[in-house]
Amino acid sequence: MRRRRSLVTIVLGTLALGAQAVPPFEDSIAQRVLACTGCHGPQGRAAPDGYYPRIAGKPPVYLYNQLLNFRDGRRRYGLMTGLLAPLDDAYLREIANHFSALDVAYPPPQPPKEGAAVIERGRLLVVQGDPARRIPACVQCHGDAMMGVAPSIPGLLGLPRDYLNAQLGAWRTGTRRAQAPDCMHEVAKALTPEDISAVSAWLAAQPAFGKPAPTLPRPLPLDCGGVTTPATGGSK
Amino acid sequence: MTARRIVALLLGALFVVAAIIVALNVRDEGQGVDQPVPDSIATRTPADLIARGEYLTRAGDCIGCHTARGGVPYAGGRGIETPFGTVYAPNLTPDPQTGLGNWSASDFWRALHNGRSRDGRLLYPVFPYPNYTRVVRADSDAMYAYLRSLPPTVQPSPAHALDFPFNLQASLAVWRAIYFQPGVHVADPAKPAEWNRGAYLVEGLGHCNACHSSRNALGAPVGPLDLAGGLIPVQNWYAPSLTAVDESSVAHWDVRDVVALLKTGVSTRGAVLGPMSEVVLNSTQYLSDADLVAMTTYLKALPVVRSAPEAAPAPAGRTDAQARGARLYETHCAACHGEAGEGVAGAYPALAGSRAVTMTSSANLVHVVLQGGFPPATAGNPRPYGMPPFATVLSDAEVADLLTYVRGAWGNRGAPVSTLDVNRFRSDVRP
Repeated sequence: MRRRRSLVTIVLGTLALGAQAVPPFEDSIAQRVLACTGCHGPQGRAAPDGYYPRIAGKPPVYLYNQLLNFRDGRRRYGLMTGLLAPLDDAYLREIANHFSALDVAYPPPQPPKEGAAVIERGRLLVVQGDPARRIPACVQCHGDAMMGVAPSIPGLLGLPRDYLNAQLGAWRTGTRRAQAPDCMHEVAKALTPEDISAVSAWLAAQPAFGKPAPTLPRPLPLDCGGVTTPATGGSK
Repeated sequence: MTARRIVALLLGALFVVAAIIVALNVRDEGQGVDQPVPDSIATRTPADLIARGEYLTRAGDCIGCHTARGGVPYAGGRGIETPFGTVYAPNLTPDPQTGLGNWSASDFWRALHNGRSRDGRLLYPVFPYPNYTRVVRADSDAMYAYLRSLPPTVQPSPAHALDFPFNLQASLAVWRAIYFQPGVHVADPAKPAEWNRGAYLVEGLGHCNACHSSRNALGAPVGPLDLAGGLIPVQNWYAPSLTAVDESSVAHWDVRDVVALLKTGVSTRGAVLGPMSEVVLNSTQYLSDADLVAMTTYLKALPVVRSAPEAAPAPAGRTDAQARGARLYETHCAACHGEAGEGVAGAYPALAGSRAVTMTSSANLVHVVLQGGFPPATAGNPRPYGMPPFATVLSDAEVADLLTYVRGAWGNRGAPVSTLDVNRFRSDVRP
């Protein structure tokens, strides 16, 4: 017992030391973008508060588009806009590619707090949509594995439920926008708050692993601005 | 004296005052208007005139105000917030209905030189015509030619949202009668040509004193062209004095460092952040080395003063605030700025011995810690190193402790920062 405690002490001590040790300066893109990882977590693996999303491993053009959207006012968050205002497209693309290339393990999913009926409603909306209300299934664009599609469609797993709720709400009200045609705004407008809650509850409970799919098996159901059309084998 | 007579006298006096105000507002209007033939410029413009106009338009940073965030360059629509309300910068592209399509070169020159629109309306001096009035007609015509060469964009300008009485042309006429005088750049034969070119750019198109001077309650620079520093209204960044040796005087700088800072956004003496970052991004990075050297020559020749008396050396030992600040520094800052505030050359500015750290106003320090920032991505520094924002990490009291420590550490002699000092700028961080 004593031995185990001393082992724990050593491990914790090493961790604490590791946290305090100052990494040596190096001329690298990781060093240059420490301004990002302050909020988005080391290597962009997401912050513990659930508000700042993971950026590691997301599709590169998706990340690039978000950087442009923040800088150019289509997406609003003062700190992001202020940081990006003096940066040009080439550097934003390099930053996006850097975080996209990071391969960091995902945290385990959050256990759902909602009842089975809500979870099932969320699952159905994600995998089937609601044709009667002209709501496409999430998987139609975000991939059957919901890990996104290279190079510009983001994954939906590995994100905290609060973040999903906030983003879907912002798409719905138009405070988050994309380049025209703004397909996510159209989809989110068709969702009710209960739909959003159900979808986020189900998505946040799924384990995330793997990378964005290289292609979509079908054409996109809607036209989306800024989306580099994924290879489909189809007509799109 | 009968009552009628008194009324007549008062009316007469009022008329005289009004006549004086009108006369002051249109003085010097004829000058220069008839010089070139206006419309010939629009139709047969040599490419080098357009290129020269583009260069001068950049020197004036016109794009900075006349472009909405993410909008078409020069198509206007950006709201400039002032203590008197919001003024929307208009569309400068050659669209006939919503831009300058129907303007002649003389109309354009009158706007620059006299601050009047094509239809005769008085323009608000947030458009820095008190500076642009120094621009010579040939340069105005080149800028006009460049703007005419842009693709016309249909984009109506939103109406200004100014408070009463600032929304009235009559109020503006009174302001102009008191504070605005059309001028020309007069070369000083006693000074070298380089200094004169610098003066023309700094006082004219560069409109440096629009930020680097304090303004009175009516928004007029307190000492015209004094460059003695001032808190930029609404943005609440402090544009430091360019004359004070304890702020941003460059009298003792190597010319190359000043040129590097304006050209690339970084130099061995530090980096630009905040509103100056935009200026370098949109304007000074495009200026020729010769013009940057000229501006530096002018800035180095400014009178050298102190803005605050030199502080006594700090007593040995740390105050409680400094001790708390030192721990925060160790956790959040030392990895980049160094254990002794020495920074990393080319990446992270040194904090020890930095005037930006120790100068009286702590506004910029608070903004940088709360909001973080990148110097501008320029051709000379395309991949700048960034500073993370701490608005969501540190409380007002913690930022105050941290800055109190940094301002007093490693030989720095800056005054402590209070929680209130931090709090008054916290609301500038708009998530």
